[in-house]
Amino acid sequence: MTTSTPDIIDLLAGIKPGSSLDRIRTQRPETREQAQKSYLALFEPDNFGDVSLVERQAIASFVAGLHRQADIFELYVSPLEESGANRWLVEVLKAEIGAAQAVGPYGQYPAGPLSVEDASGPIYQVSNAGREALGAKRAAALEHAHLLVFHLRDASPKALQVLLDAGWTTNGIVTLSQLVAFVAFQIRVITGLGLLAASNRRAAA
Amino acid sequence: MTDHIITPTIENRPVEFTQAEIGWTPWLEPLAEDELTEAHLAGLVEASRAKSPYFRLLVRDPAVLEARTKTDKDIFYNTRTGLPRADRELAATAASRSNGCIFCASVHSRFASHHSKRGDDVQKLLDEGVEADLGERWNAIVAASVALTATPPTFGDDHIERLSAAGLDELEIADVIHGAAFFNWANRLMLSLGEPTAAVQ
Repeated sequence: MTTSTPDIIDLLAGIKPGSSLDRIRTQRPETREQAQKSYLALFEPDNFGDVSLVERQAIASFVAGLHRQADIFELYVSPLEESGANRWLVEVLKAEIGAAQAVGPYGQYPAGPLSVEDASGPIYQVSNAGREALGAKRAAALEHAHLLVFHLRDASPKALQVLLDAGWTTNGIVTLSQLVAFVAFQIRVITGLGLLAASNRRAAA
Repeated sequence: MTDHIITPTIENRPVEFTQAEIGWTPWLEPLAEDELTEAHLAGLVEASRAKSPYFRLLVRDPAVLEARTKTDKDIFYNTRTGLPRADRELAATAASRSNGCIFCASVHSRFASHHSKRGDDVQKLLDEGVEADLGERWNAIVAASVALTATPPTFGDDHIERLSAAGLDELEIADVIHGAAFFNWANRLMLSLGEPTAAVQ
């Protein structure tokens, strides 16, 4: 792991050294350090295991795109854009993000008293052109990421079987699930603290 | 061994939100306790977590689990300053209620009740949903947590102003943000890697 990676939450929430939000984060040093270590464990791990760096960056870009967070999308997509070999992948991701937009959370509860709260929404499938370009394994990952982002309560063992059938291992599915879930967390901390920092700057002005 | 899913047979499956102690069973094979190496034990952070199939499944990626666990503990247990534990647990419960994670909501509603001594209000949140009237301070925390849980998030300046008007300072508002955000991590794992089982009789 490199020590040169800047603190991603500070960077994207616009938290400047010495600012009020910087002092607030300083009071939660363990949260700050471990949120960054979670990022590093997913995107700069000692061992990539069953999920390659390009797969990690592509899935995180997709998750950020589904959240319509341009800055966070940039963070994850820029290494792919900078490598000539992956520019095609960026184009595919952008097209798939455009086709996969939704508003969550929605989904079905187990049949019973909560069924009145069932809410329907799109079940996303990668386009034929996207599947052709990405291959079965990466296409399955994007479909699963969409489920986890927007309609997590529709998750099922069957959805995991689809991943296994597409070439994912159990270890790989754990990493994929952590990655999507972590980025969902990171986006919300950045969104929340970013607004809090901006509101503080206005109050001080 | 070929990787495979587990399709559990569940009797008396929990079908509503509850503060009762319910269980959770995985859809993928956790590591066996006797397979755990030093690296896995470090990832579990606490040796007692080796008893939990949820953590023995997540420990397949030990570095991520270790950082996630330490993030979790600090967000909820570091209460020397900032938001009281009860309100952090309320944020966790509201996010879980909104996402629909019956298991996460059961654990954290129990904590919210224990620390606030407001079990009836917590139950109202579980029964009526995130629009339940719990008094302005809790309403503001629930509304902010739910807005942050939406995808894309709908959290805005109005939520910050409402929390501030309810008496929360900046550090406490940051604690609400972290509590709700963290459960957007936890809910996605709990809901997608297994499912709740009935209360132990």
